Amino acid sequence: MQRYASWGNYPAAPQRGRRIDWRGDALPLPADGTTFLPRGLGRSYGDSCLNEGGTLLDATGLDHWIDFDEERGLLRAEAGLSLAGVLDVALPRGWFLPVTPGTKFVTLGGAVANDVHGKNHHRSGTLGRFVERIELVRSDCGRLVCSADENSDLWRATIGGLGLTGLMTWVELRLRGVRGPMIDAESVRFSSLDEFFELAVDSDSRFEYTVAWVDCSARDRSLGRGLFLRGNHATVPGPVAARRPRLAVPFDAPALLLNRWTLRAFNALYYRRQRRKVVRRTMAYDPFFYPLDLLQGWNRLYGRRGFLQYQCLVPLEAGRDALHSLFSRISASGQGSFLAVLKLFGDLPSPGLLSFPRPGPTLALDFPNRGRTTLALLDELDSIVRACGGRVYPAKDARMSAQSFQAYFPEWREFTRYIDPACSSSFWRRVTPRVEGRA
Amino acid sequence: MSPRRVLVLGATSAIARETSRRLARGGARLFLVARNAERLATVARDLEVRCGGSVGTLAADLNDETRHGEIVERADLALEGMDTVIVAHGILGDEQRGQASYAEAEIVLRTNFLSAASLLTVIAGRLEARGSGTIVAISSVAGDRGRASNYVYGASKGALSVFLQGLRNRLHRRGVRVVTVKPGFVDTPMTAHLDKGLLFARPETVARGIVRAIERGADVVYLPWFWRVIMLVIRLIPERVFKRLRL
Repeated sequence: MQRYASWGNYPAAPQRGRRIDWRGDALPLPADGTTFLPRGLGRSYGDSCLNEGGTLLDATGLDHWIDFDEERGLLRAEAGLSLAGVLDVALPRGWFLPVTPGTKFVTLGGAVANDVHGKNHHRSGTLGRFVERIELVRSDCGRLVCSADENSDLWRATIGGLGLTGLMTWVELRLRGVRGPMIDAESVRFSSLDEFFELAVDSDSRFEYTVAWVDCSARDRSLGRGLFLRGNHATVPGPVAARRPRLAVPFDAPALLLNRWTLRAFNALYYRRQRRKVVRRTMAYDPFFYPLDLLQGWNRLYGRRGFLQYQCLVPLEAGRDALHSLFSRISASGQGSFLAVLKLFGDLPSPGLLSFPRPGPTLALDFPNRGRTTLALLDELDSIVRACGGRVYPAKDARMSAQSFQAYFPEWREFTRYIDPACSSSFWRRVTPRVEGRA
Repeated sequence: MSPRRVLVLGATSAIARETSRRLARGGARLFLVARNAERLATVARDLEVRCGGSVGTLAADLNDETRHGEIVERADLALEGMDTVIVAHGILGDEQRGQASYAEAEIVLRTNFLSAASLLTVIAGRLEARGSGTIVAISSVAGDRGRASNYVYGASKGALSVFLQGLRNRLHRRGVRVVTVKPGFVDTPMTAHLDKGLLFARPETVARGIVRAIERGADVVYLPWFWRVIMLVIRLIPERVFKRLRL
């Protein structure tokens, strides 16, 4: 049996797996009547890709292309195909992902199930907006094609549905045409959150991709300083062949590698690396979109105890004050994050029922797992986010309380109607404990 | 060099599928044979979308020896002269049942060895007459020494390895190359029920090794390479000692 963990290596729980390798096969339901959860490449950080006590249905063998309309940029492929696999074929033919997360090592099915967003959210919204059709295989009603016109309730529930609505066998996705693989990128230094918001508002009209890195170990006057990265698809040609990871982390690093001093030093150096206010360059898409993919297994830098990601969003009106509170709290805790990523979401709505993004700033952080102190800090962050009407991203969560989840996602009650009765996940049982067994 | 024209037998196996993808990416023309028509169509369509061009297919049960002549003939016609053949069909079988009942063991021997021997005979004749070509067959490290835990499967693969060895010797002076591929543990549907340790390789890794062996002209390749060392050690253990080991 394969060993399965989540990307954050927390929580650590033994997982049973079964594989499905052909889309025409019947759903291999666990014989003992326990639940299953479709599983892709396991890049979800917390427990939304785990099913302790049940079975993980490993769908990475479902990686066949079915169709590619090169005129219209419409692909149909099995749900276990990775975004890297999509790019390998589509990019040389002038097509790019309409929306891409920060790693290309996720499956199409996983990307739909988490309704992923990217640096172009202000222009394009989430990936779910480009999903034309999906095929779902369910334990109760068999095989269904779902789209905006057909089984539309299930289509909406499956986009961002965390894999709980049944097994996705294939996905039909509209791609975006590009002239080449290069990106005209700019990096702009900013010294405060106010400056970030000015840059974001100014850049979002001129750049398809925007995102910022924030030094969250900085305090007082430097609080909120960082680098703003923005870019557009370039028209110059370049090499379309993808870069393979050049370095790999071969084993779990010692737990003390990432401590408050290395973290502060890293953040300060990263900020100071850029001396000029603005740096422009034309770069390949790989390092622009997927810088961390070049370091295979970077999650192991956090050691055996793993790490926790925290991605929240706050409404636009509350944005500045809430972010200020969040950064102050994190900085005071001394548990800062190596990579704090800030992005202003746009207002394009997703069809997904449980889709995460809403208009306003979103902040993503990662924290080495130090047990209770880390969990306590994240609970404090939750209270700030809840107070201003924000929410936390399930794909990255391993610890939010059921009360928090249900406050963040009031749609969850409606969503339970669409859950496949044979599906469950560790995440779902954690955030909806009372309906367990009744759904 | 003109593109390779490749017949793949057992084309829906995970190793064959990855090898086909790699060959197609390099511009090869392919003709695929497998038993399950729906799965075969899935694999062929995938290759067509990835690499353009069309992929020929034939659904056939390779255990039916009476069809071997016709299968090779049709592939050769479709490819307008095949120059490379990959024999990749095989089963693991249920070892315990195979050790208890000959009827069960015979299924493994028939699929892994007898049907391969029959196909190889047909293919060898055709390529020998042409005076060129490459034959690749997937054997296994399990064929290098009989062990209590898998000697039925091991015997089928060991017999195949010896057959290939002789065939290579026979065809060497005729311009036809024979490559024996011996994978170790590979993470495929065939091994889905096994616990995956550090020794397991991905089918993509094995496929890369197969294509490299085709291009470089190797005789016997262990995939990944470290199995050559492991099997050397295993073969060196004296039988007096070996029979006492739990392997």
